[in-house]
Amino acid sequence: MTEVQIPSPLRQYTGKQSTVTVPGKTVGDALTALVGQHPDLQRHLYNDDGKLRAFVNVYVNDEDMRYLDKEATPLTDGDTISIVPSIAGGKGIV
Amino acid sequence: MPTLTPPLPALSNDEILRYSRHLIMPEVGMDGQRKLKAARVLCIGAGGLGSPLALYLTAAGVGTLGLVDFDVVDYTNLQRQILHTTADVGRKKLDSAAEKLKAINPFLNLRTFETRLTSANALDLFRDFDVVADGTDNFPTRYLVNDACVLTGKPNVYGSIFRFEGQASVFATEDGPCYRCLYPEPPPPGLVPSCAEGGVLGILPGLVGVIQATETIKLILGQGDSLAGRLLLVDALGMKFRELKLRKNPDCPVCGKNPTITQLIDYEEFCGIRGQEATAPAAGSASSATTPAGAASPQPDVPSISVDELKKKLDANEDVFILDVREPHEYQICNLNGHLIPLNDLPRRLSELDPTREIVAHCKMGGRSAKAVKFLLDSGFKNVHSLTGGVAAWADKIDPKMPKY
Repeated sequence: MTEVQIPSPLRQYTGKQSTVTVPGKTVGDALTALVGQHPDLQRHLYNDDGKLRAFVNVYVNDEDMRYLDKEATPLTDGDTISIVPSIAGGKGIV
Repeated sequence: MPTLTPPLPALSNDEILRYSRHLIMPEVGMDGQRKLKAARVLCIGAGGLGSPLALYLTAAGVGTLGLVDFDVVDYTNLQRQILHTTADVGRKKLDSAAEKLKAINPFLNLRTFETRLTSANALDLFRDFDVVADGTDNFPTRYLVNDACVLTGKPNVYGSIFRFEGQASVFATEDGPCYRCLYPEPPPPGLVPSCAEGGVLGILPGLVGVIQATETIKLILGQGDSLAGRLLLVDALGMKFRELKLRKNPDCPVCGKNPTITQLIDYEEFCGIRGQEATAPAAGSASSATTPAGAASPQPDVPSISVDELKKKLDANEDVFILDVREPHEYQICNLNGHLIPLNDLPRRLSELDPTREIVAHCKMGGRSAKAVKFLLDSGFKNVHSLTGGVAAWADKIDPKMPKY
């Protein structure tokens, strides 16, 4: 099992949970399982073509998965996945 | 960091006394303090991040500090922008900042630029400085600052905040990654998670801005391990500091081997927000309360009603169902006695609404209620309107006793 760290902008789609534990042998599997548990995350993580959005970075432990094997990066028990979206600043509400 | 070329300026006896606690540390010493005096730091924004940045850099003895801002202090700034006081509300942030900074350190050479940072002025501005500290609050300016730093060879001391979380790094050093290596593209405006859940814990820009000030000073001194190549994540709620590895992307469009961006571009267009807002987002002011978060997100064109029309209907006892699509914590601040269903919950709580009644949906400013009305129309509702300007307009025009937030 892998722990996925959910950043605060996306916690509204995970029932306010800051971490979600998912099964999966690869990063891709784990993210699929994550979206399976929390379907509202789909459009925030993936574009219409099913590709991870460019402003959402995924780290395995402290390494950017783009510099590993991307979605095929293997996971071992105890690994942590972090989703790190870009943030610009704290503003008011509309 | 471009090396500060000797001869470094001398320190007066008054300066030596002032910087005593620096001078007795070998990591700073006389040479380090003279480097600080020689240094020119440009701070983009005199808001949440810019406040601690400017205050500490000034106190520490940075010789020349540039401040870029065109905003005016308002009450909602005071919860975090510690350069400004209650008495400054209505003043230009630069005037307020200048007064505080000169009071802290009269040796400071302060250069203020009352302008928004644009593709037309950024390169010329940056050339006169050694380090740029990015205290902005919007994506177009983030990319503009980054690209201008890469193109002028100035390190970009980066900090960013959202609610309880912050990020900090140092971009665009000689061999280090830039902001585009980390995030090649900004989020599309519709997905910027800010509408119903913006806000920022007041101390957070303090935490992150002080990290930026620390990195700036280390760059000037040439001491320690800079955050270049690392992204520091600050979680104030969990009080956890984590760090991720950043790599220079060889295919980066601006700092890669074969760059495709060799001059500054139109950053609002790049961020997809051109033309969606009457007043273009403030590429430049860090703190502008003038560009509310959701302003950049596309607003559907839906039937609307003004606060005056709604008041008339209510006074005439017409059967109007008021639907409040804000969050419960906002409802507690002020409300119109409406039925509360937060926008995100609307799809699964549709059964609470009577399609035969006239429904007026409202939020704080009108952004979320427009989305709610679009959704209701798509769901088969016929008689629904979005309250233009939301409770903010109601407080302005109808009920002056209602608190604004």
